Amino acid sequence: MSAPWPRGAVDGDHLSYRPHRRWFRRPDVVVPLLVIVAVYAYLLLGVEETSFFRTRMTAKGTEHFDWMYFWHLVPLMWRGLLVTAKATVMGFTIAATLGFVLALGRRSRLRILSWPTAAAIEFVRSTPLLVQLFFAQALVRSTDALSLEPISILMVGLGVHYATYCSEAYRAGIDSVPKGQWEAATALNLGPATTWSRVIVPQAVPNVLPALGNFLVAGFKDAPLGFILGVPGVLFFANTVRGEDFRPTEPYILAGIGFLMLSLPAAWALRRLERRIAYERTD
Amino acid sequence: MDGWLLEPNQYELLRQGTLVTLQILAYSFGLGVVLSLAFGVARLSERRWVRGVALVYVELARGISSIVLLFVIAVAVPILLDVGQASLILLGCVALGINMGGYGAEIVRGSIQAIPRGQSEAAIALNLSPTQRLRHVVLPQALRIILPPMGNLTIEILKGTSLVSLIGVTDIMQAARNIRQQQLFNATAADVTVLFANILVVYFVLAQVINLAFRLGERRLARRYEGAAAELPVAVEHAGAGIGG
Repeated sequence: MSAPWPRGAVDGDHLSYRPHRRWFRRPDVVVPLLVIVAVYAYLLLGVEETSFFRTRMTAKGTEHFDWMYFWHLVPLMWRGLLVTAKATVMGFTIAATLGFVLALGRRSRLRILSWPTAAAIEFVRSTPLLVQLFFAQALVRSTDALSLEPISILMVGLGVHYATYCSEAYRAGIDSVPKGQWEAATALNLGPATTWSRVIVPQAVPNVLPALGNFLVAGFKDAPLGFILGVPGVLFFANTVRGEDFRPTEPYILAGIGFLMLSLPAAWALRRLERRIAYERTD
Repeated sequence: MDGWLLEPNQYELLRQGTLVTLQILAYSFGLGVVLSLAFGVARLSERRWVRGVALVYVELARGISSIVLLFVIAVAVPILLDVGQASLILLGCVALGINMGGYGAEIVRGSIQAIPRGQSEAAIALNLSPTQRLRHVVLPQALRIILPPMGNLTIEILKGTSLVSLIGVTDIMQAARNIRQQQLFNATAADVTVLFANILVVYFVLAQVINLAFRLGERRLARRYEGAAAELPVAVEHAGAGIGG
């Protein structure tokens, strides 16, 4: 915390520090944003769900762990992992949006609105996602008007489950905006829409970002559950291979390792983001 | 209201399942607390390699998904280590406990760090050994900070116990699926949504009970720190006079 300048602006000349550039002129905002958009587009357009996980070699039955077989499984696992990631990202989009609505509903001054929202949040938060997914599946099957693919059920299930978590984060973020900001907005005669979009949200959201990121990672850890619905994710891959080749060790361990390969860097990036935001707020 | 209830014999099955769920919760909570304390303290150790080991454990336990970890431990590890038919409940508890330990260790570390340095320094000045310092000075104060997030974590573990049904333990979730099989077998036109709605309510009630228990614990602790010196643990007096409070 010694130098109050963000990275990149320090190079000898303090006058180059321009904190009030628009967001699209700040590389530290634009570059991560572009990366996110690219990942998003790839997952949405480039990943197909195929439940075809057939191996082209058999492991040596005498060994408990066959390395050749293990490496052979890697591409299959990667395909499953991408489907899991896709479900996570789409589900999280629902969660981040719905969460904000829930947060607004819970903060509402109308009791008829805030109490049911609070009850619903509490209920969804304290029941397991597994049961919720089964419930959603049963609901979709028993309603004729609804027909959803398994991956859509998973997305909606994840979305609703994590929306309740996100709403708590948003609520904390909104509450962390000082009261004076509201009063200033009133004094300036800003309407509710302007107050929210130009005053409250820009200050609340950066505080919330690390928490949202944590929920994204948590959602990614829950997304393999989709295999109970038939979503060909990473656990579906492991179960299929186990069922076809009768080799349980390699696929499950590979699934675990593949998971860590994605979730550890994500967690690390989040911690950096958290530190960075804390850093920006101190100056 | 009648349409939202099950038959009595089905509730009996659910009751048995709930007991299994509670049993798994208790075991994995016990293991999780032990691991959290051990690794949470180890992450603040003076020895570098101890810190390293604890960091690796925490990162792995938090990075891997509990469901994947459950399958790895319940399916892959017994074969890899040539253990015969191990108890599935035990393996499930180990997986959930390891997972909880990772999150719990971070809670413990954070709360120990939140204790003012002066407390440790005072304990050193009073010539307490590092173990005494931890046991009688730091941890009792850290407990107040640990409890609220630990309550949330316990609810997360309660939710995690539903996963053991996937490896074949007859917990409440598996009981529900058994009831479903029964319904299919008898060709009763029962609504599955009702069944799972009932399960959701059971989990909700359990979570509220846990929540309440932790709230009560917090209140008791808070009272202990508000000058009620008579309630201080007796053990403190062995450590030296004038500590605590």
